Amino acid sequence: MNRLNRILVPVALLIALITVAGCGKKPKHVPASETAPAAIAPAPTAQFSATPAQVAAGDQVQLSWHTTEATTVSIDGIGDVPTSGVKTVTPSESTTYHLVAKGDGGSAEATARVIVNGPPAVEVPTTTMSAEEAFKANVQDIFFDYDTYDIRADSQATLSKDASYLASHPDVKVVIGGYCDERGSNEYNLALGQNRADAARNALITAGVAASRIRVISYGKEKPFCSESTEECWQLNRRDGFTIDQ
Amino acid sequence: MKSHSRLFPIFLVALATLAALPAAAQDWVHTGSNLGNERIRIAAADFKPVGADPQTPALKAAFDATLYDDLGNAGIFDLVSKSMAPQAAPGSPQEISLQQWSAAPANAAMVAFGALSATNGRLVVYGWLDDTRNTVNPQVLGKQYNEEASQDMARTVAHRFADEIILRLGGGINGIAETKIYFVSSRSGTKEIWEMDYDGQNQHAVTHLGTISLSPRISPDNSRIAFASLGHNGWDIRTYSLELGRLVSFPAGTAGGSNQSPAWSGDGTKIAFSSSRSGDSEIWVADASGGNLRSVTSIRGPNIAPTWNPRTNAQIAWASGRTGEPQIYTMDQDGANMQRLTDSGYAVSPSWSPNGQFLTFAWDRKYGPGAPGGRDIYVMDIASKRWLQLTHDAGINDYPSWAPDNRHIVFERAVGGRSQIWSMLSDGTGQHQLTETGSNFMPNWSWK
Repeated sequence: MNRLNRILVPVALLIALITVAGCGKKPKHVPASETAPAAIAPAPTAQFSATPAQVAAGDQVQLSWHTTEATTVSIDGIGDVPTSGVKTVTPSESTTYHLVAKGDGGSAEATARVIVNGPPAVEVPTTTMSAEEAFKANVQDIFFDYDTYDIRADSQATLSKDASYLASHPDVKVVIGGYCDERGSNEYNLALGQNRADAARNALITAGVAASRIRVISYGKEKPFCSESTEECWQLNRRDGFTIDQ
Repeated sequence: MKSHSRLFPIFLVALATLAALPAAAQDWVHTGSNLGNERIRIAAADFKPVGADPQTPALKAAFDATLYDDLGNAGIFDLVSKSMAPQAAPGSPQEISLQQWSAAPANAAMVAFGALSATNGRLVVYGWLDDTRNTVNPQVLGKQYNEEASQDMARTVAHRFADEIILRLGGGINGIAETKIYFVSSRSGTKEIWEMDYDGQNQHAVTHLGTISLSPRISPDNSRIAFASLGHNGWDIRTYSLELGRLVSFPAGTAGGSNQSPAWSGDGTKIAFSSSRSGDSEIWVADASGGNLRSVTSIRGPNIAPTWNPRTNAQIAWASGRTGEPQIYTMDQDGANMQRLTDSGYAVSPSWSPNGQFLTFAWDRKYGPGAPGGRDIYVMDIASKRWLQLTHDAGINDYPSWAPDNRHIVFERAVGGRSQIWSMLSDGTGQHQLTETGSNFMPNWSWK
């Protein structure tokens, strides 16, 4: 018992110490000799487009971009943006948008030109949903039981709707992300998340969606949607998430 | 102190082997590691500073602290605490009074001592180990080191001297004071691969990829790290050359889907890993160059976390979800002779002991909805399937990895949502925390 205490007391003290002192602590100064050389990563790539490319003044233009191997992406006049995304702009005059993607392997640039014609048009109604909003409204996530990757009965109906939206929007590509709750081990959860995402992919293909339109990524428990340790939260995290593949 | 059985009762798992086992073989976990032997009472004297170089005091402080910690961490010594040791700092065999060290309260059977100086940017250390009860010919070891004068080198020289002592007194098993631990840290904002000394000193990032990198495994020759990294089409096995300071090609590791949890064979010629490329996650093996890829398993459900028997390089243990929650199995490297080792619960993250006899792994024996979920580190004797629980009632423990001396295990412990790296002796004693900054995961102990 003494021996147990000898272990437990320092452990408890350490934990207490870290709780008190650890959080606000500044990161240790790293001497120059400790900095490992950066890896030579692949060079970033960037695709950037504006649609439509020709509008009347006051009309909206959708900028969409997709980069790979980039850590920071910025658009002149807009600032830092996600590595892939869409953004609606309303240029008042012809504009060349300039995107820079920087990564460990260098940087890549891309431009998108919008020509703005004539006087402002009549105000455009803003109630039209963007492609992303429409996708989100129609293609819904599915959820899984604990430690399984079988598609539940309630998810079959969701997947049918997801598939019919994709069938009616043949230009849309989809990423299926497989997610797990926090309880398992990271490596096992990557495999489980992969099986969950693959299960949805197979169901969509069976429903007629071309395999080439589907990209699958397992996030395991690396990117939790919800971070509390409750059954509600775990259920939200045991899911396949669907997003537009930009 | 000597009998671990009082605190860590050994439960017999395999009914089939129960009858055949000797009833009182309680030192099984120590076989080959000397952990169960009576510990040698050893003292580490403060080294004598020589000369007036202003660098000397700081170098001496680093050296003394490191040597003391290394001998304390070794697991084979009963180290005389500084408060019980004589105040003397003998700088040579002529200056030491062995009687002073063998007498109470030190009662040391062995004493390490010596002299340290910094001259013209060089650190010069003379170290001795004397047997205090052999007054005629007490010297067991005499070593001299001459290195660049730096804090890092003062620690390194102390590690080398400690390893000489451990090798000499620990049954011919190399010490681990010069080994490294590779791990994942999110302290820079993304999960990258990091490296540190075995005692938690000298922590620094190896990769700067800006994505999520997991499961680092150092090659047996310390030249390359294999790990899993998130890319555009899923998880790839990537390899980083510590010699070249950059990523090097491993073609077998990229196929879309989840390619993860790599493992080097003990001879460094092969890497086993989990891949979902066939539509279900299976264990695959490729040459270290990334060629000659072949699948080993064909089992429905997740198959992950291979680890090679480093003695034979002919068997692989891994975690399989073939019956539901993951269990630990072993098989030959061609997939034959599958054996299940754990009978229930949730068992993952196996690491095969350097002497080939044991697996350590993370096990939640009562895993399930509503269960409290205490994942702990266990050691299992593969032949008998008898196991020992090493961690108790402290956080969620995972990713144990053996040190090359068979005596130490490093692991991840999450308490209150923050994970840190801990090490311990392979009987569960001597647990101490190695990282404190940010969150740190998935440690892997170098092979030498």
